[in-house]
Amino acid sequence: MGPLIEFRDVCKYYVMGDNTVKANDHINMRIDQGEFVAIVGQSGSGKSTSMNIIGCLDVPTSGQYLLGGRDVGSMNRSQLAEIRNEMLGFIFQQYNLLPKYNLIENVEVPMMYRGISRAERKRRAVEVLTELGLSDHLKHKPSELSGGQQQRVSIARALVGEPPIILADEPTGALDSKTGKEVLRLLQELHQKGKTVVLITHDNSIARQAKRIIRLEDGCVVYDGPSDDPAAFRTHAEEVQAE
Amino acid sequence: MNLFDTARLAIGNIWASKMRTFLTMLGIIIGVSAVILIEGLGNGLQVYMEDAFDALGTSSIEVILMGRGSTRNADVEDMYQLLDENPQALESMTPTVTMSGVLKIGNETYSKTAVTGVSEDYLDIKSYEIEKGRNLQYMDMKDRKAVCLVGSYVDQTYFKGRSVGETLKVGKNKLTVVGVVAQEEEELREGGTDDIVLLPYTSAARYSMTGQISRYTFTATDPDHSDEAVDLIEARLYEIYGTESAYMIVSMAQLLDTFSSMLNVMITILAIIAGISLVVGGIGIMNIMLVSVTERTREIGIRKALGAKETVILSQFVTEAAVTSVIGGIFGIGFGILMCRVATKLVVQILQVKMSVIPDAQSIAMAVGVSAGIGILFGYLPAKKAANLNPIDALRYE
Ligand SMILES: Nc1ncnc2c1ncn2[C@@H]1O[C@H](COP(=O)(O)OP(=O)(O)OP(=O)(O)O)[C@@H](O)[C@H]1O
Ligand SMILES: [Mg+2]
Repeated sequence: MGPLIEFRDVCKYYVMGDNTVKANDHINMRIDQGEFVAIVGQSGSGKSTSMNIIGCLDVPTSGQYLLGGRDVGSMNRSQLAEIRNEMLGFIFQQYNLLPKYNLIENVEVPMMYRGISRAERKRRAVEVLTELGLSDHLKHKPSELSGGQQQRVSIARALVGEPPIILADEPTGALDSKTGKEVLRLLQELHQKGKTVVLITHDNSIARQAKRIIRLEDGCVVYDGPSDDPAAFRTHAEEVQAE
Repeated sequence: MNLFDTARLAIGNIWASKMRTFLTMLGIIIGVSAVILIEGLGNGLQVYMEDAFDALGTSSIEVILMGRGSTRNADVEDMYQLLDENPQALESMTPTVTMSGVLKIGNETYSKTAVTGVSEDYLDIKSYEIEKGRNLQYMDMKDRKAVCLVGSYVDQTYFKGRSVGETLKVGKNKLTVVGVVAQEEEELREGGTDDIVLLPYTSAARYSMTGQISRYTFTATDPDHSDEAVDLIEARLYEIYGTESAYMIVSMAQLLDTFSSMLNVMITILAIIAGISLVVGGIGIMNIMLVSVTERTREIGIRKALGAKETVILSQFVTEAAVTSVIGGIFGIGFGILMCRVATKLVVQILQVKMSVIPDAQSIAMAVGVSAGIGILFGYLPAKKAANLNPIDALRYE
């Protein structure tokens, strides 16, 4: 079986007047089913850009992105929406919950677009929220919760559709270190349960939680290997120095 | 996502911003209620007019002789002959001699009372009844008797209900009241249908200056024979006068037709003008939906990231616009019906006219349909804008 996620010379360029920003520049990577990968790099290195492509929220300017062996570039927008719904669970730095809806309603959303009945949606939302320790807040609005709790709601929403891939872009960015660790522990658990977890962070200590590190610099992959290699956390300049 | 979920979301969103939604609806509410009020007025006028014509007799035909530029004149005999020769189309006839401002009772002059010379068939033609005393008779005509009938108003107000046998004066001529016409209108009033004096047309002709009878009222056997009857009268009068300008024939059926179609044109024009405010209401909805799409850009991004297809977002916003518009339409119907009630009261009180302003079910159904259509039409553009949003841009939107 081929890799679950495969980038073949993926480029994403933004043309801004005269200059072109190469947010992703010929990226090649393969992520297998069940891996826990952290994509790291400094601000502006292209992490979110590649995550958007992995998440089928965006398409590459050139190159190919294969998800489960299927070329995403050839899909129309409605097929992309379907893929997002079935294959991907998103966890965002800013949680991105719907402020006007309570927790159950928030978690129901992905199932709604899959055409699951209301009663079943509700049952599963409550189940997942309870697993994540939010059973006391089911009818609360997101704004009535702490940041850590809100992030758990967004994790519940990412999980409820049982997608094989979980994408987390700076999931701890807005949390203190203790709640951040809790969220990371949850991601670890998901990995142990067999999910493919792609974690995006600029924080090395968080990235260490993953088994494998992909480091980006200026839109290019500069390191791709195990997280226990010291080279994983050196910048390219430091690397040159070390040699 | 099924229709039920879509509707539930739409109603939820509308409920979440009640005040704004209400203001958005105002245009539709005003438009729909205006259309309903106008339709109601139109219907009321139509019914009122038909009633009024009914009272005059829809099968009645007025003939007015001017006799201009001719040597020979049509007289009562000609008219009776015409009636007798055409029983299939013409049912009855009465000459009418109008005398104005000439009624005197005791020393008082009553100028508002209508004094008319008629034949013994007049009451039948008008479908009036005799309440007391007797009707005018053929002999009264023949002998030009100085007798008369009075209306209930005259009987009640001027004779305290005891007019039969009393006398009154028309001009200088003393008449004896032989009968009272039963009350026609719901309320007796001066100058109304019951404020009348009827005397033999022969007597009236003699009292008047010219001694000529220039007005006749025919009735057709039924309203469907009205046109035929008009043709017959026309033919005979032309034969006598040799010119069309010597007489005038007015058929109530034709008049009603003319008035009805004029009224219809007027009401349609008014309804179209009111309909323009529906379009303005639709533009209001479009405007607010565009604002709403911008405000909810992030929500749209989130929904898209979670798998909402463009068609789902599109139908969500279109549904919201349509539901807003239909609710506006329903409020508009309620408000319109209320305005119709108020209008009915006002018309009755101020104009002293019995008319009810009632919209028909058809125009109500149309109002709902039109408002839903407007919601969909004007909601489409903002909804399309929402559906086309790029999910990453939408997610990044603050
Ligand atoms: N929509 C866009 N239009 C123009 N330039 C963009 C756009 N999105 C990203 N970029 C540029 O692409 C580069 C990569 O951006 P990206 O968001 O992927 O970085 P990142 O690694 O996620 O950074 P951070 O850690 O700050 O989130 C940046 O230089 C950014 O300015
Ligand atoms: Mg980023």
